[in-house]
Amino acid sequence: MKRKVIEGRNLFKEISGQRVVDNFNFCVRSEDFLTILGPSGSGKTTVLRMIGGFEMPTAGDILFEDKVITSVPPYERPINTVFQKYALFPHMDVYENIAFGLRLKKMEEQEIRKRVGRMLELVTLRGFEKRAVDSLSGGQQQRVAIARALVNEPKVLLLDEPLGALDLKLRKEMQVELKYMQQELGITFIYVTHDQEEALTMSNQVIVMNKGRIEQFGTPVNIYNEPVNAFVADFIGESNILDGIMYRDYEVGFAGQRFRCVDAGFGVDQPVEVVIRPEDIKLVSPEEGMLRGIVDSIVFKGVHYEMVVLEGQRSWLIQSTIKALEDTEVGMRFNPDDIHIMKKQERPADA
Amino acid sequence: MLRRFSAAPYMLWTILFILVPVFMVLFYSLFSPVPAGYALDLDGYHKFVDPLYLEVLWRSIVIAFKSTLLCLLVGYPLALILSRITPRFQKILVMLIILPMWMNFLLRTYAWIPILGRNGLINTLLGSFGVAPLNLLFNENAVLLGMVYNFLPFMVLPIYTVLMKIDRQLIEAAEDLGADRLVVFRRIILPLSIPGLISGVMMVFMPAVSTFVISDLLGGAQITLIGNLIKDQFQTVYDWNFGSAISMILMVIILLSMSILNRYDKRERGVSMW
Repeated sequence: MKRKVIEGRNLFKEISGQRVVDNFNFCVRSEDFLTILGPSGSGKTTVLRMIGGFEMPTAGDILFEDKVITSVPPYERPINTVFQKYALFPHMDVYENIAFGLRLKKMEEQEIRKRVGRMLELVTLRGFEKRAVDSLSGGQQQRVAIARALVNEPKVLLLDEPLGALDLKLRKEMQVELKYMQQELGITFIYVTHDQEEALTMSNQVIVMNKGRIEQFGTPVNIYNEPVNAFVADFIGESNILDGIMYRDYEVGFAGQRFRCVDAGFGVDQPVEVVIRPEDIKLVSPEEGMLRGIVDSIVFKGVHYEMVVLEGQRSWLIQSTIKALEDTEVGMRFNPDDIHIMKKQERPADA
Repeated sequence: MLRRFSAAPYMLWTILFILVPVFMVLFYSLFSPVPAGYALDLDGYHKFVDPLYLEVLWRSIVIAFKSTLLCLLVGYPLALILSRITPRFQKILVMLIILPMWMNFLLRTYAWIPILGRNGLINTLLGSFGVAPLNLLFNENAVLLGMVYNFLPFMVLPIYTVLMKIDRQLIEAAEDLGADRLVVFRRIILPLSIPGLISGVMMVFMPAVSTFVISDLLGGAQITLIGNLIKDQFQTVYDWNFGSAISMILMVIILLSMSILNRYDKRERGVSMW
C-alpha cells in the first residue's frame, strides 16, 4: 500500500453560521490523483483551501505524512496551489513569477535558472521568460501558474478548477498534459472541479461532494458504474432515474414491470431508486423491447444521437450511434447489470 | 457622437478655467503693460535668478519634500491598516480621515494657533507640570505640522484605494510559495501599491510646495515660501509680471517632477489607480 500523504479527519467548516464542510474524511496516498467533484457551493474549494492552509477548519484535523498540520501557515506547508484565476504576479515577468518560490528558498541564481528553464520546457513555454504575464493567453497563463507551483517540487499540488476558464479544445489538451505531468513527476495531485468528465478522465480517486458532505469516494470506474445514490448518478452523467420497488434480491420493479437485476441486500418490498445510463439502453423493434415508447426528439451530439423516448408518463434519455425515426414506436432493452439500484434517500425539494 | 457631445461641458470647463488662466499667467510673465498696450518683458524671470529668491524656492521644495515624506511615513501604514480591517471599521475610519476636510481650510489651520501658541493648550498643559513654555508656533516645524495635518488624507486615500484593489489571491499565492507576511509585503503589496503611492506623493507635494496660507498662519512672518512670494507680488507689490514669472517657474518644476514620477509609475506595472 502506498503511504498516506494528506489526510483529513472529521473536518468541519462553518462560515458565518453556515456549515460549508460537514464531517469530511479523506485520505490521499502518494502519487494519487484525487479529484474532488461537486456542484458549485458544495464546499469543494473550501476543502482545498483548508488543505492549502488558507482556511482554518472549525473542527477536525489535516495531516501531512501522519503529522497534524492544521495550524501550520501556508508558507510552511510542502504544498503548492494552482489558483482558479491563476493569480500570477502582474508586476513580474514569466521568469520571475516561476522563480518566486525558489528565490524565497535562497537558491543560487544558476540553480534557479536551470530549474525555471526545465519548467518552461515542461509547460512548453520556452522563450517566454521575459514576457509580461498579462500579454499571455489564458492557456499560457495557466501553464505559468502550473510551472510556478511545480518548480518548488511540492509533495502535493492543489488545483482549484484550473481549466475552468479555457475553451474546450485547450481544456482537453491541458487535461492530458496535467495527467502526463503528474505521472512524470510523481507528485500527489488534489484537483477540484465541477466537470465530471474531467474528474473521470484524469483522476484515479474521486470524491463526489454535495452540500459539504462526501457522497461517494472511489475510483472513477467505480463511481460511474456503481453510484451510491441518485445524486451521484445524476451528477456523474445524465441518467434515467426512476422510482422502483425492490421485491426481493435480484428482482426489481419499475415502469410497471418486474425485471431481473444483479443487486441484492435491500430487503423485501423496499422503495428504491433505479438508475439506467442512457448509453446502456439499446433501441430495438417494438416487439423485441422490454419497454415500448414513442421517439419524441433526436439531437445529434457528434459521437452519438441523443434521443428522448416517451413511455407512458415517463421520458427516457437514450444515447445511441444508431438513429431512430421521430414519432415512431421503438422498443428498449437493457441487461440486468445495466440496472443500478440505490437506496431511496430523502431529496430536498430543490434538488 | 453622443460621447463627444457629452464631453463638451467638460471641454468647455477645461478651456475656460484651466487653459485660459494658464495662458494668462504665461502672458503676464512675458509681457508688461506699456502706454501703447503690451511689450515683451523678461524682467520677471531675470529678477528671480537672485540668491534671495532661489533660497525661497529651495526652502519651499525642501519643506514640501519633508511634509510629503512625513505624510508617506504616517499615511502608508494607516492605509495598510485601513485596508485590513473589517468593512464596518473601514467606513468609520475613512469617515474620520475625511471629516476634517469638511471644515474650512482656514479655520482648521487657525485652530492650531490656540493649540500650539505660547499660552496655548499644549503649553498650558505642560505648564501645569512645571515645564517652561515652548516655542511651538511660528517656526518651520509648525508649518510642517500644518501641512501634514492638512494633506494627509490626500496621501492615505489613493494608497488605500490601490491596496483595496490588490487581489487577495495574489497574497495567498505568495504565501503558498513560501512568503511570510514580511516578504508578502515587500515583494507583492508594496510594489503593487506604487501607483497609489505616486498619486499620493503628487497630491501632497503639489499643494505643499505652493501653499501660502499654512506658512502665513503657522509660520508667522518667519517662513517665506514660494507661495507667499507669489501672493505678495499680486496682492502687495502689484508686480504681476514678476508674480506670473514665479508661478510659471513653479509650474514647470511641478510638471517636471510629475513626469519623472509618472515614468517610474509606468515602469512598475501595478494595480491601476482608477
